[in-house]
Amino acid sequence: MTSSLSHITGPILRDNPVTVQILGICSALAVTTSMTTAATMCVALTGVLVAASGVISLIRRHIPGQIRLILQITIIAALVIVADLLLQAYAFAISERLSIFVSLIVTNCIVLGRAEAFAMSHPPFPSMLDALGNGLGYSAVLLIVAFARELFGQGTLFGATVFQTVTDGGWYEPWSFMLLAPSAFVLLGLLVWAIRAWQTAQAEPDPTPVRAEGETP
Amino acid sequence: MPDLNPITAWRRMLAAPNDSRGKMLAMAFLVSAASALAVSSAAVLLGPRLDSNRAAERQARLEALLADLPALADLLAETGADGLDIVVADLETGTRADVDPSAFDPEALDEEQISALPPEEDIAGIGTRPDLAQFYVARDGSDIAAVILPVYGQGYQSVIRGYLALEGDLNTVAGLTITEQGETPGLGANIESPSWQAQWPGTQLLGPDGEIRVAVVRGGAQNEYEVDAITGATRTSNGVQNMVRFWIGPEGFGPVLDALGEGRL
Repeated sequence: MTSSLSHITGPILRDNPVTVQILGICSALAVTTSMTTAATMCVALTGVLVAASGVISLIRRHIPGQIRLILQITIIAALVIVADLLLQAYAFAISERLSIFVSLIVTNCIVLGRAEAFAMSHPPFPSMLDALGNGLGYSAVLLIVAFARELFGQGTLFGATVFQTVTDGGWYEPWSFMLLAPSAFVLLGLLVWAIRAWQTAQAEPDPTPVRAEGETP
Repeated sequence: MPDLNPITAWRRMLAAPNDSRGKMLAMAFLVSAASALAVSSAAVLLGPRLDSNRAAERQARLEALLADLPALADLLAETGADGLDIVVADLETGTRADVDPSAFDPEALDEEQISALPPEEDIAGIGTRPDLAQFYVARDGSDIAAVILPVYGQGYQSVIRGYLALEGDLNTVAGLTITEQGETPGLGANIESPSWQAQWPGTQLLGPDGEIRVAVVRGGAQNEYEVDAITGATRTSNGVQNMVRFWIGPEGFGPVLDALGEGRL
């Protein structure tokens, strides 16, 4: 029980796919201008990740090594199209705003990464738990970044006004830099810094240390 | 006598070593077939919902376009949306078709009612064109206040659909709205942005001799016939230009617009 729980909790902080492995940041930049789109993206990615890991793990003993990547991508792509269609059918307005980023889940390294690194060598149930944990880890980062971007960029959260903006007669001057993609890089960098300062084990050794004169490596 | 029993064949396939050629082909086939089945059943099951979502979106865009037309705002405030006359016309002759507009379904035309376009006339890249088309006319008394034409054409990587609104002189654009497109996000997809569409109102379609002069040009619009193209999206911009040119031209709504101008429709 503790081990299956660690499949879920591990990737949220200790081994977070975004802040530790720096995977999936393309969509983390693109869909985090508002909480609504970020939350929808999180649900879509977690759903696809869990389903893909389950299916791939189920047939893992019969996947020929030479064509395993193609088979994995085929399964992931099919699930992504189904998820995209479901969003278009039941959340049309949000799917319009997410535009191609739902389809781009196919190329999200987290999905293929978990299939290749975990689902191919573990039974379905632990694989799906691991996928759920990674999905939640990705979601946590996305929601933190989106929280800051929407709050400071537009003064709202989930579209509801928190800071009354100047244009609406309030006091808050929206920080429009927050709505541009580079702000997500900055926020993500600060987040990685904060987590590694706290969880020092995650910090990587300096690849190019500055040495004093005459010192040998 | 080879063993044709499917159950034993299945077991044999599963038992085969993973790197044997037969199993590789079988797995590739099975995974693709299962994926194709999942995708197509989702598309079929959700199809009606998707269609109604898109239709609602089109309707909303049309209403937004109407609300933005200055010429129409006062008129529609008086008469409501009923002031808009829905016309189904025969594009060959420019006459009103003998069809009930409320029951008209452009998807359900017979094959004889769809004409193939010769390549030199098919500038919008649409291949075929229905002979009957629906459009909207707003009248202020007996004068035409505006005409709204549904248009579509090939863009860079998708079919672009939209509505082109003309003022009562049938030569001045009152507005262009794009209802559906799948162009490159951030580049061609900007044809949907209000700032790009804002260039269209006031643009003239035809020169003094009646030739089609409207154009989407690179490097800045020079005169009243030109609209700025989107940088980095030349083929999308050309697609919109050709779409507009086609549908106001002789193969598109040209005959209908002539008839409207002469008061025959």
